[in-house]
Amino acid sequence: MDLTPRLELIGITKRYPRVQANNNINLKVMPGEIHALLGENGAGKSTLVKCIYGVQKADSGTLIWEGKKTQVTSPNVARRLGIGMVFQHFSLFDAMTVEENIVLGVSSKVVKAGIKERIIEISSRYGLPLEPQRYVHTLSVGERQRIEVVRCLLQNPSLLIMDEPTSVLTPQEVESLFKTLNRLSNDGVSILYISHKLQEIKELCHTATILRMGNLVDTCNPKNETPRSLAEKMMGRSLEKPTRKKNSQFGKPQILLKDLSYRAKQSYGTDLKNISLEVRGGEILGVAGVAGNGQRELMNVLSGEELGNKAESIVISGKNVGNIGPNDRRSLGMVFVPEERLGHGAVPQMGLSENAFLSGFTRMKLANNGFLRKLKTDKYASNIVTNYDVKTSGIRSLASSLSGGNLQKFIFGREIIQNPNIVIAMQPTWGVDAGSAAYIRQSLINLAEQGAAVLVISQDLEELFEIVDTICVIYEGRLSSPKQLEDITLEEVGMLMGGVIVNSQEDNLLNGI
Amino acid sequence: MVFKLEPRAVPSRVMIYQSPIIAVLLTLLAGMVMFRLLGTDPLQALDAFFIEPISTLDGIAELLVKAAPLILIAIGLSIGFQANVWNIGAEGQLTIGALFGGGLALAFYEFETPFLIPAMLIAGTFGGMIWAAIPALLKTRFNTNEILTSLMLTYVGLLILSYLIHGPLRDPDGFNFPESRLFHDSALMPLLIEGTRLHIGFLIALGVAIFAWLFIFKHVVGFQIRVVGLAPAAASFAGFKQKRLIWFALMISGGTAGLAGVIEVAGPIGQIVPVISPGYGFTAIIVAFLGRLHPIGVIFSGILMALTYLGGDSAQITMNLPSAVTGVFQGMLLFFLLASDVLIRYRVKIN
Repeated sequence: MDLTPRLELIGITKRYPRVQANNNINLKVMPGEIHALLGENGAGKSTLVKCIYGVQKADSGTLIWEGKKTQVTSPNVARRLGIGMVFQHFSLFDAMTVEENIVLGVSSKVVKAGIKERIIEISSRYGLPLEPQRYVHTLSVGERQRIEVVRCLLQNPSLLIMDEPTSVLTPQEVESLFKTLNRLSNDGVSILYISHKLQEIKELCHTATILRMGNLVDTCNPKNETPRSLAEKMMGRSLEKPTRKKNSQFGKPQILLKDLSYRAKQSYGTDLKNISLEVRGGEILGVAGVAGNGQRELMNVLSGEELGNKAESIVISGKNVGNIGPNDRRSLGMVFVPEERLGHGAVPQMGLSENAFLSGFTRMKLANNGFLRKLKTDKYASNIVTNYDVKTSGIRSLASSLSGGNLQKFIFGREIIQNPNIVIAMQPTWGVDAGSAAYIRQSLINLAEQGAAVLVISQDLEELFEIVDTICVIYEGRLSSPKQLEDITLEEVGMLMGGVIVNSQEDNLLNGI
Repeated sequence: MVFKLEPRAVPSRVMIYQSPIIAVLLTLLAGMVMFRLLGTDPLQALDAFFIEPISTLDGIAELLVKAAPLILIAIGLSIGFQANVWNIGAEGQLTIGALFGGGLALAFYEFETPFLIPAMLIAGTFGGMIWAAIPALLKTRFNTNEILTSLMLTYVGLLILSYLIHGPLRDPDGFNFPESRLFHDSALMPLLIEGTRLHIGFLIALGVAIFAWLFIFKHVVGFQIRVVGLAPAAASFAGFKQKRLIWFALMISGGTAGLAGVIEVAGPIGQIVPVISPGYGFTAIIVAFLGRLHPIGVIFSGILMALTYLGGDSAQITMNLPSAVTGVFQGMLLFFLLASDVLIRYRVKIN
C-alpha cells in the first residue's frame, strides 16, 4: 500500500479578530482512509476545512498534498488538485433539473466529455440513483445531496470533504450514503468526514481527529472508542445524560389540533394537511421529520405567527385560538422557542434585557400603561442569566455576542420563567454545544414533570428518543399518528420520515412494515 | 502600503457617533478644495459660509427658523426609518400640510381668536397624515414599495399646490400673482424674540424631539418599531402587528412633515406661495441619518443642515459664489457620512 499520505497538515494556525480558530493543528489522511473530524460547534472544524479547500488562508502552517508542499489559494486550485467538497447547505436551483444543476457546477471540459453518460456511470457505480430530468424542488433532501455528491465525483477527486452530511437525512438515507462512501474508500478516495454524530463516526470512520476550542485534542481509532468516550474528549469533561422518571399518567389535553390544514405562504413551502394531535399535561410529544416537510409551517401556525385558520382548529386549555396571534396565546399559557435563535427568537442587535422584554412582556407584566418597566425587565433578565447558567458579561450585552448555546439557554430561560403550561420548541439544541444541549433537554423534561405539555419539533432523532414520551412523524405536511416511544423503533420512524406508508392519520401505522 | 477593510467582530458603538463627526470634517476639507478650485480663498469662503451667517443675533434666529422644519420632519422620518419604512415623500406631505393649515387661515380670514393657530397646526398635521396615508394603504394592501409611491406623491402634491395657488386660493387683490392673501395676525406663529423671525416653531420642534425620545426608548410601540426594523421575524415572534406599525410610522412621519409645512406658511412666509419649502422634505432625510435616527442627534444635525442653507445665501452675497454650493455641501455631507458609516462594521488595516 502507498504510504505517502494524500494530505498532511503540519502546524496549521488561524486566528480571527477575537478567537483562535485553529492552533497548531496536525492531520494526516491516507489514501482510501475515511477520516473523521470531530468537535463541538466552534471547535474549529469548519475553519480547518476552509483552509484545506482554499476558502480561508491559514496564518501559518504547511499543507502537503501527495508528498509535495502546496499552497491552496482558492477553491479552484483545490479542485484542480483533486479536492472536492460537499457542503452542509446545498447550492442547487429549485426550478432546474438535476442535469442542469450538475452542468452548472462543473467545468466545461467535463461537460463536453459526455456528461450524461458520466452521471449515469457514477450514480450506478456508487449507488447514487438519480433521474437527470427531475426538477430539484420535487426531490427529497437525501436526493438533493446525491446531486452534490455526483457533482463532486465528476471531477474525479482523490479527497472528498463532507460537512455534516447526515444532519438532514433519514436513518435509511444515512445507511445508503455510508455504502457509497465505503465504495469510494475502496477505490482509494480519501474522505474527510465532519460530524458530531458519534455513533456514525464509530461505524464509518477509520481514524478520528478531535478538536476542542481550536486545539487538537486527540487522534484515535473510533472503533476502539465508545460514543461516550468520544463525547468526553470533544467536551473535555464528562457528559451528563438527561434523566427522567417514566411517566405514563398524563393529565388533561393542554393543546389540541383538530383537522388543521394550512396553505404555505412561501414558495416551495409545504402545505399542512389535516393535522390532528393532542399533547397532555406532563407529556412530551416529539414531531420527527426531514427538514422541509412542513415543520416550519407547523411551528408558525402553532405560535400564531401565521394565521388563516378556523378558530376551532387549535384549542388550548379549552379555548379556540386558531385565529389569534402569539401574544393572546401567550397570555393563555403558551410559550415558544423558534428554530432560528438570532433574528427570530432574539434581536441580534439588542441587549439581553430588551430581548427578555421581547416575548416576556405579556406574561411577566413588563409594561405599564404602554411604557416599559425597565427595572422589572432588568430584574427578569438577570434572573434568566443567573438561573439558566447563561455566560455573558451582563444583561446589556447584545444577543449576537453570545455563543449559540448560551443564547439558547437564555431563550429557554426566558420562556420557562414565564411558568407556561404549554411549551412549543423547534430544533431546541440545533447548533448548540453538547453541554448546553444536555442542559436544555433536561429543562424540557423538568417542565413536563411539573405538568406542562411539551411539543418538540426536531430533526435530531437521537434527541427525540432521549426525551419524548410520544412520537409522530411529519412527511409532506401530513402527520403520522402518535406512538408511545416503547411501541416504535428507530427504523420504523426512519421509514415514516422517508414517506413509507403515511397516508392519513387513520391509517394504522404499522401496516405493512 | 495597502489599505484593507477588515470586518469587525462586533459593530463599533463608538464609531456610530464618531462617523458623523468624521463626515463633517471631511466635508469641510473637501469644501476647502472646492473653494480653492473656484478661485477663492478657502478659509475666507468657509468663514463666509459657516461663521458669518451666525455671528449676529438675527443670524442665529434665522438659523433656528430654518432648523425647526428640518428637525420636525427628520424626527418623523427617523421613526419610520427605524421601522424600515422609507418615506421619501416628506416634501409632498409638507406641502399638503401647508395647504390644510394655510387653507384654514384663509377660511377664517380676520377672525381674531387665539384658537386659530392651534387649529391650523392640527389641520396641517392632519393634512400630512392624509398624504402619507396613501402610501400606507398601498403598502399594507397591495405590498407596493413606499419609496416609489411616497416620492411620486410629492410631485402630485406640488401640482395641487400650484393649481390652488393659481386658482381658488389666489389673493383677489393680488394683481393675478400666484400668491394667497397675507395671513392676518392671529394666523401667524407668535414670535419668540421681537425684531427677528424666530417663532415658537423651534420650541415645538424641541418639544416633539423630547416626546419622540420618550416614545422610542420608553414606550412599547417605540420598542416594537425598533424590533420590526432590526429583525422583522423577531417582531412577528413577539406578536407585533407589522401592518399596524407601517401605518403608524407613516402617520408619524407624514404628520410631522405636515406640521412643518404649516409652521412654514404661518411662520416666516406668512402666506401660501408657489414654493413653500427649499427642499426641506428631502434634506431632512440627510438630517435623520446624520443625527443617527436619534431624536436628540437630529436636533444637532438639523441645526447644522440649516447652516448650509444660510451659508449658501451668505456665500452668494459676500463671495459671489453660486447658490448651488448649498446643495453641493449637503450632498458631500451625505456622501461622506455613508462612506464613514462603513467604519462601523469594518476597520481599516494597513499592510
